[in-house]
Amino acid sequence: MPKTRKIDFSRLPDSRGHFGPYGGKYVPETLMTALDELEEAYRTAKSDPKFRKEFSHYLKNFAGRPTPLTEARHFAKTLGVKKVYLKREDLLHTGAHKINNTIGQALLTLRMGKKRVIAETGAGQHGVATATVCALFGIRCDVYMGQEDIERQTLNVFRMKLLGTRVIPVQSGSQTLKDAVNEAIRDWVTNVKDTHYIIGSVIGPHPYPMIVRDFQSVIGKETGAQLKQLGIKSPDYCVACVGGGSNSLGLFSTFLKSRAKLIGVEAAGRGLHTRQHSATLSLGSIGVLHGSKSEVLQDKHGQIQLAHSISAGLDYPGVGPEHAYLKKTGRAEYVSATDDDALLGMKILSRTEGIIPALETAHAFGYLVKHKPRFEAHEVIVVCLSGRGDKDMERVSKVLHL
Amino acid sequence: MTRIENKFKQLKKQKKKALIVFITAGDPSLKKTQELIYAFEKEGVDLMELGVPFSDPLADGPVIQAASIRSLERGTTLAKILAVVKKARKKSQLPILLMSYLNPILAMGPKKFAQAARSSGVDGVIVPDLPPDEEKDVRELMRKEAVDLVYLLAPTSTQKRRQRIVKASRGFVYYVSLTGVTGVRKSAATDAGKNISAIKKETPLPVCVGFGISDPSQARKMSAVADGVIIGSSLVKALAGHSHLSAESFAKKFVRPFVKAVHA
Repeated sequence: MPKTRKIDFSRLPDSRGHFGPYGGKYVPETLMTALDELEEAYRTAKSDPKFRKEFSHYLKNFAGRPTPLTEARHFAKTLGVKKVYLKREDLLHTGAHKINNTIGQALLTLRMGKKRVIAETGAGQHGVATATVCALFGIRCDVYMGQEDIERQTLNVFRMKLLGTRVIPVQSGSQTLKDAVNEAIRDWVTNVKDTHYIIGSVIGPHPYPMIVRDFQSVIGKETGAQLKQLGIKSPDYCVACVGGGSNSLGLFSTFLKSRAKLIGVEAAGRGLHTRQHSATLSLGSIGVLHGSKSEVLQDKHGQIQLAHSISAGLDYPGVGPEHAYLKKTGRAEYVSATDDDALLGMKILSRTEGIIPALETAHAFGYLVKHKPRFEAHEVIVVCLSGRGDKDMERVSKVLHL
Repeated sequence: MTRIENKFKQLKKQKKKALIVFITAGDPSLKKTQELIYAFEKEGVDLMELGVPFSDPLADGPVIQAASIRSLERGTTLAKILAVVKKARKKSQLPILLMSYLNPILAMGPKKFAQAARSSGVDGVIVPDLPPDEEKDVRELMRKEAVDLVYLLAPTSTQKRRQRIVKASRGFVYYVSLTGVTGVRKSAATDAGKNISAIKKETPLPVCVGFGISDPSQARKMSAVADGVIIGSSLVKALAGHSHLSAESFAKKFVRPFVKAVHA
């Protein structure tokens, strides 16, 4: 990566939350002080050994870290490459990487003395992870979820309710993740004095993209250490799915300085030639959505377009500002996989490795299978297996006829 | 001197407070919007805010969200709104501000927007998701075209932020009366008076108060402590329910009580 060698990605974002032209704080004035407060609380916590110890404690003893790095022999054979390793975030408590971030942010909530937590959720994974930590720490929790997503993720809705969280249906706009974020921000503007908003991805105003990335960077750090034990200094590729982009950035952040090629796989939905996709980095343009500047799917008048994906977790017309910057600088490459590719990826991984991935994660496998000629026999690929597929079985059983 | 500055100077001389009225442009139609500009001016409204509809209005409550959707469904765009102001400007001297989220402005291009705003006779711009911390070049472009960029202050703003905001703001300072989104409330904020006098110590600019002020008696109370009062959701709601009324009848029935309350 010679052209990006000069950029020190580890110093990003800058003090005002910018990643090159992206990032920043584009929110109503009412929230500006709360964002400053959150940044201050995070910076203090980060350098406090007590906080770091507590965070590690819960990651280990509650969430189940470290997660294994599983060698996928048969899948590697299918691709015709030397090795494929799977970072097993699917084995975490609640079934996905989302819990890494919610533990961190719940601890911040307690430090800031806030009494209530709100969150948005698409597939319900972040909602469940938030409901879980709120139950653990005794914090009142409300989760906003689009009406359409409530209908396609009934199991996760029930899990949240069982955990004592109130799930608030969002009936405005597209009734999916985008509108759940709008509604959560509206709640936060109203109740900012006693409420912390746990954003679930590397999106939103600064400092969220930084905080969520840092809490998820445990994925990459563990992967790096596990590869080292296997005698591998750097893989040839790191591959992960990208909606907002938290699992991918969690993995990528450790390897930004390495020689590894970083590939983010977006959801191409029914195809990039249709308007029914969520491929923000492939087909978006620069704009402001949900508090930060990044690439967004929009029309020529600046109205945000509706996204589509078979996976509710990727069904989002924006993307984290750091991803937009990694694309712009050429440090990471962003590709896409359709709904059908994802179903294929799910099927192949299930049958070759005995692991059923979440539909979101399945996009990464679908891409690899569809593009296997680009990978060479001597190469080593790491894939972030960000979540397990249990939550998707009802939906998938309707479209995948076995 | 801009039309906004001029208006506040006149009002000060007459020892009057400003009534600022917000409607979503293009709801129920752009033709009606143009007629309402004339009717409101005739009724004695001092300044007018035209809401530019956006797909994701995260600072707005249900009333303005619904109006934005209706307007977008009718094909309203920022360019068409500018054209309406340009037409209205031939007959009206009412100071007009556009209230727009940042993204439609970025999509048009801030420079093109600033120039078009000026040439259409738009006097000011309010951008609810743009704090002074971002997009300094947008601020410069507006100043260059003598279009007043009004910044918002909130009850949660610290003193440091307050100073920064009044320094950046032109035309007036928009004080958000309560933590929340736009919309009708049963009772208006109680600590507004204290906060507004704190702001007035920092700046000679007029301070106008908005968000949640929905009836003439609340408007009267707020006009005692602020230089202007902004009425939005309650009129947008009334307009949605009485779209059959002519612009004049609507203004007479729904806007006149506010004019009386604020100018009393």
